[in-house]
Amino acid sequence: MRPLRAAPAVTLALMLGPVAAGLAGTLAPALGILPALGGERPAIAPFEALFDWPGLERAVALSLGTGLTATAVSLMVVVLFVAGWQGSRTMRGLERVLAPLLSVPHAAAALGIVFLIAPSGWIARALSPWATGWENPPDLLIVQDPWGAAMVAGLVAKEVPFLMLMTLAALPQAGAPSRMEVARALGYGPVTGWMKVVFPAVYPQIRLPVYAVLAYSMSVVDVAIILGPNTPPPLAVQVVRWMADPDLSMRFIASAGAMLQLGLVLGAMALWHLCEHVLGQAGRRWAESGGRGHGEGVLRMLGLVTVLLAGGAVVAGLAGLATWSVAGFWRFPEPWPEGITLRYWATQAPALAGTLGRTVWIGTVATALALVLVLACLEAEYRFGSMRGARVSGGLWLLYLPLLVPQVAFLPGMQSLALVAGMTAGMGVVVIGHLVFVLPYVLLSMAAPWRAWDARHATVAATLGAGPWRIFWSVRLPMLIAPVLTATAVGFAVSVGQYLPSLLIGGGRVQTLTTEAVALASGGDRRVIGVTALMQTGLVMLGFALALALPRIVTRNRRGLRTA
Amino acid sequence: MSAALRLEDLRITRGGRPLLEVEATVRPGEVLSVMGPSGIGKSTLLAAIMGTLPAGFAMTGRIWLDGREITGLPPEARGVGILFQDSLLFPHLSVAGNLAFALPRHVRGRAERQARVQRALEEIGLSGFGTRDPATLSGGQKARVALMRMLLAEPRALLLDEPFSRLDAQLRGQIRQMVLGRARAGGLPVILVTHDAEDAQAAGGARIDLD
Repeated sequence: MRPLRAAPAVTLALMLGPVAAGLAGTLAPALGILPALGGERPAIAPFEALFDWPGLERAVALSLGTGLTATAVSLMVVVLFVAGWQGSRTMRGLERVLAPLLSVPHAAAALGIVFLIAPSGWIARALSPWATGWENPPDLLIVQDPWGAAMVAGLVAKEVPFLMLMTLAALPQAGAPSRMEVARALGYGPVTGWMKVVFPAVYPQIRLPVYAVLAYSMSVVDVAIILGPNTPPPLAVQVVRWMADPDLSMRFIASAGAMLQLGLVLGAMALWHLCEHVLGQAGRRWAESGGRGHGEGVLRMLGLVTVLLAGGAVVAGLAGLATWSVAGFWRFPEPWPEGITLRYWATQAPALAGTLGRTVWIGTVATALALVLVLACLEAEYRFGSMRGARVSGGLWLLYLPLLVPQVAFLPGMQSLALVAGMTAGMGVVVIGHLVFVLPYVLLSMAAPWRAWDARHATVAATLGAGPWRIFWSVRLPMLIAPVLTATAVGFAVSVGQYLPSLLIGGGRVQTLTTEAVALASGGDRRVIGVTALMQTGLVMLGFALALALPRIVTRNRRGLRTA
Repeated sequence: MSAALRLEDLRITRGGRPLLEVEATVRPGEVLSVMGPSGIGKSTLLAAIMGTLPAGFAMTGRIWLDGREITGLPPEARGVGILFQDSLLFPHLSVAGNLAFALPRHVRGRAERQARVQRALEEIGLSGFGTRDPATLSGGQKARVALMRMLLAEPRALLLDEPFSRLDAQLRGQIRQMVLGRARAGGLPVILVTHDAEDAQAAGGARIDLD
């Protein structure tokens, strides 16, 4: 009983401890304190150096611009689509591909998009030479454009599925169908009606995910390295470059940059919050103005087209990666390679075996730990009613905290702390770093089905003589096996997709498929990139396939479990 | 008197405010009907007797069963069985698996346990249904399995939380007769919570109205 009671506290500590310690460990060098490198007393030198860096203005503008744009566009796309297509067959079809889309690692999706939009990518090939007249790939800076447009596109393609899932989950609680019936009966068009009566109930429920998207988009590093501008890059990328500098004294400026990044994210959140307020006011006036809606058809089509573009970009990108990974000679502007060869798989697969094994090992350990902790938390909540109070009063904020604090703000601190403690950054510390991000996703994915479970089953089992542990093992867990496996696949996917924790905590020595794919991105062989990114995506997909297939096999004769 | 279910000065409060007070003795084979509109705390009373009061509720008083005080015992040690309006058969187990789950540990040996389950299925007219998925049973069949599952756990008292309200009129009388008959035959004290006067009438026995 004792360990179970302690589970919520242990989980919070494991989730927030590294974040807090990491922030402290980043703040100290930013203020000049890092005894291991001779920083004995507080100084403002690191910030002075940061503000003297000529690229700063541009790097800050890029972080703010790409982050806010990607978040706003993603949210608008999701809202337009859900407003126009709620309850339709199109929507149900999309729901089915949502999980696989969501599970594609950011790096793989970004690399796929490069293969689409690059001057020698599929889009250019499809249009050449008949429309463009290009016989050779044009010398255009489409990928890594100075404005970060390609980066915003890549972020939107990946954040739309995430926000869509969150929005769909919020719809039932918002009483969407009955609200829509009322609005339609009062003569409102579907999109206008949805915006006026459903969205105000949905938004508070997806606010935290939206903030998480904002924090992520502003401070993302892997997508920015692949799709974002280079000289200068967005601030977060520059911080990682400074961290990787062989000159260790660059850690001071890196830490100052990381703190500035944290400030930028907090500032952007405050700005977003202000916009929420202003737009909320305007929205109420708009709702009361009585307009029934114009151009409904256009808005619906816009929602559909943008969602298809976002999803299609990821899928077509993966197809591009797959094609390149088996391409023989492939001349521009031919749309297909002249021959197909498995040579690159044959040579790369053995070379990547160690990296693959390490990726699986880290993902498995982090997910297993997260699973045990989350199950213990939920069981403790059920038995002792703990966390229930916390859940209402800000527990969700705590859960989201690791997703709201930019990774680049606290991971350098974790590395500096390890440096101070004289620890060699090994796999164990990397696993802890992954756990920080795996835990919230596993908890978010499992909490709703776990809490929705009809507890009278437990009451019946108890009156039949079953104690709490027998109820857990032989009633509750088997009944909830499908959501538990889904949460496992989600956790594993999150771990496989992590870039910065492996890179920064591992001090560049712990290579995973993700760090490998990102490292190859600049100037790597396209065929090798294809093999690596596909391996990364395939690993995640395999996890989801197992999570879907296993309960179907185990419970094939149990109809009552399938609807649950 | 000794084999009775006795609620001694039972008071339940919610967030410190009194919800209900009950003082009652239910003798073996007798039924105490508890009536009242929904939301009055009928199910809460049953939860108190089972030991599953939700957080926020508090209880004073004592509960006796078979001359033994069960007030502080965990639910699984009280010897109190319950039927809800839903059969709540475990969806991941077969029909036989549901029955075997309830069979006490002292019935030893695979063969003996299986034989007991078979006999139980015959008793409720469902022999041959052992391997079936509970989700494929009809409402009446589910109700019978749920009743038999509870009886196999050898309870010393029986709580009924509107167990007939989901059944259609014809089935309702039949199942009611079966449940109350089995309880009477087994000499079990019964507390029946219902908002249907017909249920209370069919049960005979004393009646408490909460309002």
